[in-house]
Amino acid sequence: MSWIDQLLQSPPGWSNFLTFMALGSMMLTITLGFVTYAILAERKIMGAMQLRHGPNQVGGRFGLLQTVADILKLLLKEDIRPAHADRALFIIAPILTYVPAFLVIAVLPFTEAFHFADIGIGLLYYIAISGLSTIGIVTAGWASNNKYALMGGMRAAAQMISYEIPLVMSVVGIILFTGSLNLIDIVNAQESLAFIFLQPIAFLIFFIAGTAELNRTPFDLPEAESELVAGYHVEYSGFRFAFFMLSEYVYLFAISALITILFLGGWHDPIPYLELDGPGLGAIWFSLKFIGVVFLFIWVRVSFPRLRADQLMEFGWKVLLPVALANIFVSAVIKEFFF
Amino acid sequence: MDFFVYQNSYVFVAAFLLLGLLLPITALTVGRWLRPHHPDPLKSTTYESGIEPFHDARVQFNVRYYMFALLFVIFDVETVFLYPWAVAYDELGLFALVEMLIFVVMLLIGLIYAWKKKVLTWT
Repeated sequence: MSWIDQLLQSPPGWSNFLTFMALGSMMLTITLGFVTYAILAERKIMGAMQLRHGPNQVGGRFGLLQTVADILKLLLKEDIRPAHADRALFIIAPILTYVPAFLVIAVLPFTEAFHFADIGIGLLYYIAISGLSTIGIVTAGWASNNKYALMGGMRAAAQMISYEIPLVMSVVGIILFTGSLNLIDIVNAQESLAFIFLQPIAFLIFFIAGTAELNRTPFDLPEAESELVAGYHVEYSGFRFAFFMLSEYVYLFAISALITILFLGGWHDPIPYLELDGPGLGAIWFSLKFIGVVFLFIWVRVSFPRLRADQLMEFGWKVLLPVALANIFVSAVIKEFFF
Repeated sequence: MDFFVYQNSYVFVAAFLLLGLLLPITALTVGRWLRPHHPDPLKSTTYESGIEPFHDARVQFNVRYYMFALLFVIFDVETVFLYPWAVAYDELGLFALVEMLIFVVMLLIGLIYAWKKKVLTWT
């Protein structure tokens, strides 16, 4: 039994709370580090795929300090608030977007020993909390009192209501096979076979809807540069803008980890029956799968053009939703007769 | 023992919530000490690609996805029923599968009706 499990089973109190705060701060540092280097990796990979160099000046040949420099620059930028903006909402919006992004990480198990909250409804918690960020984006769009921002915020809401349902329904198949919403139980159920082989269609739907929830290309309509300038965050500058950026990449972290947990077997070895589940190897397997998923997201961003708003809505309702519903019943029948 | 895990897990969530709030608050406060502050009436005008802004952005306009929002509510409630069904599927078995199939088919008829009525086309 790991140290965190022992801690979870001890009677709750203030000392536990302080330990959890310390663990949370560690996780915060990890996510900030991830965001810093995910942005760099994205720019480097996009550069390589478009036959150019990408950042290569700040911090040596590989531009290792480029994002750090960008963050420091944003910290020193003047905070400009439009005169007609709604002051209170304008200030709250970036915080409202960021807090849920960090909250969802609390339920993700990374290895058998390294996980935080062990909640019976982990998956439902993730979906419920991550939906809250949209409120922050709509608030930002409305509070700015800017036409581009309002359009961006409205598009974000439209996108959320269209892609949340296929996203939520695609995982029902996995819940059927596991019989639990606890993410640790879900990983344990994949010891011999990862769910991507049992639920390939669910994986595809989840990946597409996940990209839409992340507002990444080809679903980046809320911030479409070429039509809405920057969408919901046109009026934001300096560190307030940085928090929108940050929550986007924290979500990239969270959803890549979630895909690893739900479909790729989490910390279990990728090739079962090889018995490669040694101590400490779990972290390596998890990281490798996780990096693979992040790379896939970046690859998709480089490869696809942006959809039109009507195409986006129709694809969600006419293709993804019926396929997700059919997948649930096919899974139920398979489970009924083959397991 | 399990009750402790349950309680501690939510203490964990509370710790994450507090940290999630603390980071933006500290970062923005530290930023206030570091960043310049030179207000200017021109700086604080609404950005409209360089053209002088006209009208307020908060005008009545046609929210085209109003019908989508109604459909969203219906299907979101449906998923609320699907989740406990999926969790308890082992105990419920074939009978519950047929029942759920009837429920979903009824909603699917609604979706097909909306489709035929051209609600799902963005006009």
